[in-house]
Amino acid sequence: MDNQAKHVLLDPLVEENPIVLQVLGICSALAVTTKMDTAVVMSLAVVAVLTLSNVSISLIRNQIPTSIRIIVQLTIIASLVIIADQVMKAYVFEISKQLSVFVGLIITNCILMGRAEAFAMQNPPGLSLLDGIGNGFGYSLILVITAFVRELFGSGKLYGKPVLPVVTDGGWYQPNGLLVTSAGAFFIIGGIIWLLRMWKPDQMEEG
Amino acid sequence: MRHDIKYTFLFATIVCVVCGVLVSWSAVSLADRQAENAALDKMKNVLMVSGLAKQGEKLSAEQARGLFEQAIKPVAVELATGKITGAIDPAEYDQRAAAADPKLSRPAPPNPAKVKRLPKYAVIYEVVDKSGQPTMLVLPVEGYGLWSTLYGFLALDVDLDTIRGLSYYEQGETAGLGGEVDNPRWKALWPGRKVFDKNGQVAITVIKGHAGPPDTDPYHVDGLSGATLTSRGVTNMLHFWLSDAGFGPFLKNYGASRKDG
Repeated sequence: MDNQAKHVLLDPLVEENPIVLQVLGICSALAVTTKMDTAVVMSLAVVAVLTLSNVSISLIRNQIPTSIRIIVQLTIIASLVIIADQVMKAYVFEISKQLSVFVGLIITNCILMGRAEAFAMQNPPGLSLLDGIGNGFGYSLILVITAFVRELFGSGKLYGKPVLPVVTDGGWYQPNGLLVTSAGAFFIIGGIIWLLRMWKPDQMEEG
Repeated sequence: MRHDIKYTFLFATIVCVVCGVLVSWSAVSLADRQAENAALDKMKNVLMVSGLAKQGEKLSAEQARGLFEQAIKPVAVELATGKITGAIDPAEYDQRAAAADPKLSRPAPPNPAKVKRLPKYAVIYEVVDKSGQPTMLVLPVEGYGLWSTLYGFLALDVDLDTIRGLSYYEQGETAGLGGEVDNPRWKALWPGRKVFDKNGQVAITVIKGHAGPPDTDPYHVDGLSGATLTSRGVTNMLHFWLSDAGFGPFLKNYGASRKDG
């Protein structure tokens, strides 16, 4: 893999993470991270939709009339999201029920439009594919970390399996109620951003 | 890139057609599978609330279907008269869609459960034992909690008074607080409680704090801590659906027919 491709694929994980550096896609990161299984399925759905939308937009990037490019991108993304939602309803029904409207809301996830407009419109399909995968997994990484903390300390479970025996079930662990609310996710994501920017001070915005 | 208007229109049309075809193809080709999932999901919930399947037990599609066909009889009921009806096919009936259809529903009387429309028909489930004798009824209930409408089933003994289980299959309450309506330990508090007091009024209530065991404190159930509004929502919806506006007429008919028979 040449150097450019590697950067396109790997940079979005830490160096240019869509959630923590660009602060995009926050709403779904708050909504679906109370449990690991919903976070993982949501992540996979975003990776799939983002990769496909990047590739398809890149394939026709030279044909798209500039005046309607945004709505064309949106049409493609929206169609892919509906298809993803249909597939999930057919194959992972239980989880799709829990994700409910949030699958549909992938359409409004700024990461998708952002990558389409900022990357896929200027780059060939191969690179756009890598960019989609990279950003998808960058998003997934934060989602999974957040969900891990929220599920473990918010309800004492992982993947729905009890890990810390909670008081209501006769154990010793008093779950942290803050973590199961959306505000809890803000604290965790804020914490991740803080730690990352201490480690990589160049990510700090100029104050 | 600059393009003339004709090209732009042509391009937009092609994009719309291609996307439209893909979306409809996925919706149509997956529809059967999705409908099957939804039907299966409902079966599993009925099995769980009636205690025929364990909470959270992983049932295969065949197992669930087998158990369901063996022990559960769906019955269509006309809500207003409480009569059993053959007007609809219980297996095909979608109560939520019917409640939104003006032809198949009517506005509900004002009620604290915030049920807006009442469907004309409802499907209930009669649970029968091996000899075919009914042992309990499973009634669909719905109502508003704090954030969301909770949809669930109430399993009622054929004495039409003793609760055998309550379980929600869809809710969007706060996870960890109101969402604890799904907690097996809370659900285990329901069996054995009584619905109606001595005067025949619906008395079952979710209270704040702890209720006693069913034999000494039959009309009360522990509240969900930190979820006063969801707890109140549960009380409200049970009161609504067991009243004359809900399944009241049916329960009366059913009780009478059992005495005659």
